[in-house]
Amino acid sequence: MSKALLYDATLCIGCKQCEQACADKNKLPYDDKVAAETRQSEHKFTVVLAKDDKFMRRLCMNCNDPACASVCPVAALRKTPAGPVIYEASRCMGCRYCMLACPFGVPRYEWNSVNPKVQKCTMCSDRVLAGQQTACAEACPTGATKFGERSELLAEARLRLRDNPGKYVDHIYGENEVGGTSVLLLSSVSFEEFGYRTDFPTDPLPNRTFAVQSRIPDFVPLWGSMLGGIWWITHRREEVAKAEGGEKKGGAK
Amino acid sequence: MKMPNIKWFSFWKLVLYFVLAAGAYAVVYRFLLGLGPSTNLTDQFPWGIWVGFDVLCGVMLAAGGFTLTGAVHIFNIKRLHPIVRPTVLTAFLGYMLVSVALLVDLGRPYNIWHPLIMWNPHSVMFEVGWCVMCYTTVLALEFSPIVLERFNLQKPLKYIRRALIPIVIAGVIFSTLHQSSLGSVYLIVPEKLHPFWYTPLLPAFFFLSAIAVGLAMTIFESSMSAKHFGRQLELHILKDLGRALMVVLIVYSVLRVEDLIHRGVLKQVLVAGYERNLFLLEIALALVIPIMLLSFRKVRETPGGLYLASVITLLGFVTNRLNVAVTGMEASAGVRYVPRWTEVAVTAAMVGAGFAIFGMATKYLPIFPEEHAAVPVPAAQRAAAPEVVMQNAD
Repeated sequence: MSKALLYDATLCIGCKQCEQACADKNKLPYDDKVAAETRQSEHKFTVVLAKDDKFMRRLCMNCNDPACASVCPVAALRKTPAGPVIYEASRCMGCRYCMLACPFGVPRYEWNSVNPKVQKCTMCSDRVLAGQQTACAEACPTGATKFGERSELLAEARLRLRDNPGKYVDHIYGENEVGGTSVLLLSSVSFEEFGYRTDFPTDPLPNRTFAVQSRIPDFVPLWGSMLGGIWWITHRREEVAKAEGGEKKGGAK
Repeated sequence: MKMPNIKWFSFWKLVLYFVLAAGAYAVVYRFLLGLGPSTNLTDQFPWGIWVGFDVLCGVMLAAGGFTLTGAVHIFNIKRLHPIVRPTVLTAFLGYMLVSVALLVDLGRPYNIWHPLIMWNPHSVMFEVGWCVMCYTTVLALEFSPIVLERFNLQKPLKYIRRALIPIVIAGVIFSTLHQSSLGSVYLIVPEKLHPFWYTPLLPAFFFLSAIAVGLAMTIFESSMSAKHFGRQLELHILKDLGRALMVVLIVYSVLRVEDLIHRGVLKQVLVAGYERNLFLLEIALALVIPIMLLSFRKVRETPGGLYLASVITLLGFVTNRLNVAVTGMEASAGVRYVPRWTEVAVTAAMVGAGFAIFGMATKYLPIFPEEHAAVPVPAAQRAAAPEVVMQNAD
């Protein structure tokens, strides 16, 4: 069982209740000034973007196989079985590899702090574990953001695409991108309009690294025995030459 | 113990003091105000020259350590032996400076030890961290005979010598792993790093170039020592290194071109652009010019020619690392990154500290064999020597 969010942009009215609820849940300041900000930041984990009468949310996609968690040297970022990708600040050493690795450019940094943390939406992990839905889904007055089982939400998204031909772009964003995400998006306009890249591979990004990384345990004894063997051969030759030359004088050893 | 005379003031010394002072000021600034005010890093561009130069180039420039110890102790190329010590010193210094620079770059440097107990074997950074830690230990052991000899501590010296081969093999393994893994760091960003640099072969290229740079750095450092630290230039050794450098550069070039062809990127070289220009600069400095220079006997076999070729090679691969870390990441980030003065000051201070400490070490420690041999053994020590031998015989 893995939980997910389905955001249907055609149902969104741009009221920003989800932004407000997210700020309240994460104890972040929220006023008209913050509401006007159109970028995710260390104090704003989700934004509702507007273009003419079209809307789109941005938030952490909570990937199924997240690059951020894969690269974190201290496992401060983790994918939980319930779906959310969580961050444990006390482990973090501040290398910011997660920010570099995230294909969606989500993690934000407290650049002005001397004890900085990474900040991002963690899909209300504590609420999800307590059996509740995320704050944004609960606050949404139109059902544009819906919380549920990922498999069920996917089925519902497919149904909406099938029953409303021509209404949507024929794509469930997040179904397969970088191996699938726990946030699924439906839209009537191109996802690229709102900065979502559509050229992602469908295999999880950590696979690229693991293809190399997983060979290391085999490589070490192999390389070690080769080096030892080379040492033995090159020095044996020397001993033989010495014996043949009848030299009595000891070498470096 | 007689201290050697040191000239405290000269043009370059004054430059050095300025660079170190500016760096120290920048470090204080960074720790008082945080990374935001002290760098031009942003959420869009989280890694700058402190990673691109201080870490990626720093580790690369210290690659002479494993290259030379491997060549001498494992491949038994004896004639290279006289330059092993200064090369190990350079490597040891390099890794120390990388560690210090990393403390400046990390947001929470006091947690730098966390990978020791908080494991994530899937993370390349985790593996690099461990390898760098282990290899710095190996370098300390490889460097220790120099210090032990200086203070005439025979017993530990004996143990170190006995364990030398396993130590050297461990050093080569750790280096192979983390030099290549610094390239693997970027395997996770196929959609972000420009196709000139993103390739599944990144680890292979980083490893091969580390060997090339290790050789070039050894030539550079030997030439500098001859110029400034009054050491004899071992031209016959440098000639061998120059030849090896040329071979490695050619192998690297062949692999690089094959890779560009197979990924269908070669035709992009014809399209003018920011990335293209810096790519061409890198290829010219790292590969084309050094290979052309080294193909002339006059260059390959003269001190000046070798020095020039090695410096251009170094500049070329520094460009390569900065292209991977900065140039190639800018388009996808949607920003142009130019380091802030504080970033430049810290990086310059690291380089300055490297030169300064190297110079000091050559004065106080038996780094160069001919110098070492020339130092007259004090009478007291000479008298004590047989006693030491007898103790060892027990």
